[in-house]
Amino acid sequence: MTTLGVFNYWVAVVLTMIGLYLVMASDNLVKKLVGLNIFQTAVFLIYITIGKVEGGTAPILKEGFDVYSNPLPHVLILTAIVVAVATTSVGLALVTRIKEEYGSVEEAEMRKQDEE
Amino acid sequence: MDPPKGKRLIVDFAVILIPVLLVLTAAALIWLHNLVAVVMLLGFYSLLMAGLWVILDAVDVAFTEAAVGAGITTVLMLAAVGLTGQGERPGQGNVLVALVVVAVTGGALFYALSDLPPFGAADAPAHTHVASRYLGQSMTEAGIPNVVTAVLASYRGYDTLGEVTVIFAAGISVLALFSRRHGDRKN
Amino acid sequence: MHEFAVLRVATKQLLPFIWLFALYVQTHGDYGPGGGFQAGVIFASGFILYGLVYGVGKARRIVQYRVLIILVALGALIFSGVGVWALFAGGNFLEYAVFADDPAAGNHLGIFIIELGVGITVAAVMTAIFFAFTGRSH
Repeated sequence: MTTLGVFNYWVAVVLTMIGLYLVMASDNLVKKLVGLNIFQTAVFLIYITIGKVEGGTAPILKEGFDVYSNPLPHVLILTAIVVAVATTSVGLALVTRIKEEYGSVEEAEMRKQDEE
Repeated sequence: MDPPKGKRLIVDFAVILIPVLLVLTAAALIWLHNLVAVVMLLGFYSLLMAGLWVILDAVDVAFTEAAVGAGITTVLMLAAVGLTGQGERPGQGNVLVALVVVAVTGGALFYALSDLPPFGAADAPAHTHVASRYLGQSMTEAGIPNVVTAVLASYRGYDTLGEVTVIFAAGISVLALFSRRHGDRKN
Repeated sequence: MHEFAVLRVATKQLLPFIWLFALYVQTHGDYGPGGGFQAGVIFASGFILYGLVYGVGKARRIVQYRVLIILVALGALIFSGVGVWALFAGGNFLEYAVFADDPAAGNHLGIFIIELGVGITVAAVMTAIFFAFTGRSH
């Protein structure tokens, strides 16, 4: 696996770019949240990749295994995933309320209504 | 204990294949304008991610991702799409500005990558600080074999208390946002 | 959804196993992958599955809204309560070692209780959020 070098980091950066593009370029608020989710997982990927140790195994102690991957990034990302779904649901709740007030979740349409 | 050669090959193959599929799935979201399809694809993306976590030894994270990312998030997103309409109007946002910002950000990140330690290096800075203490002492100090749980609940209990508070606050926020009946106007 | 007989029967058969699995994940987080976060989500997914197949109105009758609100707060309270309990037992906030003569046993106990708090809060919040979203459509 050492030949991979920085492959996972490249993937994480590409995913970051895709997520950022979705957040910025899409007009629909739900799709923006999807973009944010992609962005988040890209960050998670960097963390977990850093935690991986060549030849290591999952950090559950057992006789016969000496090399374990770093448990700390796992802990941080595990909680981050659950917090991510909690914050995503707050975002979705806001989007739903916006739909009820404006009748639309498209940014351009909302701006038009605000200017009137 | 090294895994057998055949298993090793599969893992080496999957560790390339899954990231490639991840990028393809994420990229497909850009051109997809039916939001139900977008949400389903996001669920697939999360499931792929869970597979990648297993390969990268993060089994607890994989478990969470499969249950939360592929499960709950998809259901909640579908519920929200059902309430807000599933059609996205394409080509409304400012694509040019977005492309410039994404290119600059991506360039900066690619430039910064050269400073990161190589994948899987055992002497990376992340492994030389507290990780060895967790792996070496948690069995005698906390008495449980799953180091992730020991760190989550004991060594970094403050962190987890904070996370639980965030989840609590998020739940209360959603209920507060939805406390007004549909159609009620401010009075 | 009266026409999906297979779904309705299969759901009823699956539910006990989903909740049993959630309890397994909750209590065996010390020994294998799992813990309060995952167990809470799996426990909530049982109610979500029931709500999706049988209708949210029926699911809401099983899980009372008021109980849900109490559980949301109860989990977080259990967690911080363990911290305060450690203070009274003569340790620092969230220092579980003081709960028993043997520090490892005290830690084990503390971890078990706070994981329970995490599980309760996560399960209640996820169920409440699902009900909030699906109860909106009508």
